[in-house]
Amino acid sequence: MAMLSFEKKYRVRGGTLVAGDLFDFWLGPFYVGFFGVTTIFFAFLGTAMILWGASQGPTWNLWQISIAPPNLSYGLRFAPLMEGGLWQLITICALGAFVSWALREVEICRKLGMGYHVPAAFSMAIFAYFTLEVIRPVLMGAWGHAFPYGIYSHLDWVSNVGYQYLHFHYNPAHMLAVSFFFATTFALSLHGALILSATNPGKGQVVKTPEHEDTFFRDTIGYSIGTLGIHRLGVFLAMAAVAFSALCIVISGPFWSRGWPEWWGWWLNLPIWSQWP
Amino acid sequence: MADYYNLFTTVQARGPVHHGTELGPGNSPRFGHPVLFWLLGKIGNAQLGPIYLGGFGVLSLVCGMVAFNIIGLNMLASVNWDPVQLVRQLFWLALEPPPPEYGLSMPPLNQGGWFLIVGLLLSISVLAWWVRMYRRAIALGMGTHVAWAFAAALWLFFVLGFFRPILMGSWGEAVPYGIFPHLDWTAALSIRYGNLFYNPFHALSIVFLYGSVLLFAMHGATILAVTRYGGEREIEQIVDRGTASERAALFWRWTMGFNASMESIHRWAWWFAVLCPLTGGIGILLTGTVVDNWYLWAIKHGVAPPYPNVFPAVIDPALTLGAKP
Repeated sequence: MAMLSFEKKYRVRGGTLVAGDLFDFWLGPFYVGFFGVTTIFFAFLGTAMILWGASQGPTWNLWQISIAPPNLSYGLRFAPLMEGGLWQLITICALGAFVSWALREVEICRKLGMGYHVPAAFSMAIFAYFTLEVIRPVLMGAWGHAFPYGIYSHLDWVSNVGYQYLHFHYNPAHMLAVSFFFATTFALSLHGALILSATNPGKGQVVKTPEHEDTFFRDTIGYSIGTLGIHRLGVFLAMAAVAFSALCIVISGPFWSRGWPEWWGWWLNLPIWSQWP
Repeated sequence: MADYYNLFTTVQARGPVHHGTELGPGNSPRFGHPVLFWLLGKIGNAQLGPIYLGGFGVLSLVCGMVAFNIIGLNMLASVNWDPVQLVRQLFWLALEPPPPEYGLSMPPLNQGGWFLIVGLLLSISVLAWWVRMYRRAIALGMGTHVAWAFAAALWLFFVLGFFRPILMGSWGEAVPYGIFPHLDWTAALSIRYGNLFYNPFHALSIVFLYGSVLLFAMHGATILAVTRYGGEREIEQIVDRGTASERAALFWRWTMGFNASMESIHRWAWWFAVLCPLTGGIGILLTGTVVDNWYLWAIKHGVAPPYPNVFPAVIDPALTLGAKP
């Protein structure tokens, strides 16, 4: 039985959103629930279609397998299976699986008497995926603007779309997104290191307290955000990174179709510059 | 129920400020009197300060500020000492490294000399800061994990500005100081060496960057979700597991079949964050020194497919009959 020593008392019925007790059970360590069933359904179907698409493609090389969206000429219509229709069905399955997973997390939160912070944060990632694969292609008028499912083919897509706007680093939302990505990783290293340094102080030393953690950061940078604040900051930084990522791609094309370096012209041409000699 | 979401501190307790744990012999006194800010208290501790300066802290700050000012004055000189144009063109301005013909020699000040001086000052600044992080941890009786994580970032910093330029034989390979110019440098490096997306260490570095963000979202959200059980008191939860840890662990066990412990999640965090600059530094160090074109490298190793030959082959004009004078 895959149960931790303290697990049995937590495995209680209830907390489900739909279907009552029908799927309210565990398989090994996994909770099932109605949304576990829908997750398995969508994930299995989507993976099977990727494998089938790969079998009809030119290669079994893991790096090169790719399921591409329909050609731009199909616009927002359904395409034949082998010409992007497969990509359309896989996208539906992916969204079905992601949303099912988030709702399953909600049910588990309810069972354990926890806040919904994890599924809320995960929703931001789902929203970014939805922005890339649905919102932007719809605004641009063709599914062909979405990215393909393949390890290196999706990198090629990122590279090509970036150069379509000449130099994507000049996209202001992209600048903020990258800054938030770096800031999150920086903050994570500090938080992980601080907890480890307080609980692993070296031979012969006693484990330290939150007062020591606060003192360490006040000594070094003058401010310690504290045990509660660092987790608020971490969630905020991570969600902001993903939110600005979604923003930076959805404005590229639907709202700005020239090179991103050119966008900064408004700043150089502000009327205030000419008022000073 | 909404009260338990704990996104902001609703009731702030105001007690005496904390001056820090006791300092042993050989430490200078802490600097500044702590003050309380209500707005800071909404998300974390309201207390700001005191700070410990110390010799290495002062050395680091002085070198860093001198470097910052040299960069600013060079930018100001490049717009003919016009302060309005400094503000207007700030994002475009740069202190550029020397041109390649100077190699690893010392160029005149206005042709990269200032750039090398800034590099030296910043190097002293970050190394002194590393010593400071190490010594503060020892002084407080804590492990030195923060200093070693910082060392991973220093590795990337020195690969970009020191090790790779030396291997390439020119300080001109270093990254310019400036907002848009350092972005231009990044894009130019990628294009020159056949698209860095095909560099496997670049790919690993991005995996750890995105992985770190994913981990902090998962960890931060999990802890906030169990703060009603005291989950943010992580040290206590590590040495004496409570219901907060148990629920946090079971949440992930029931979701994905696996869970970390209250201590091990911080080891996952530390390694993901540290491996991001570590692998990134390796990727940059190999670029141009060992590998000249990452796309051709990827084709050679069966990672990338060769693109279809859409352009007909061009004959080298030097090989055609009668081309030579």
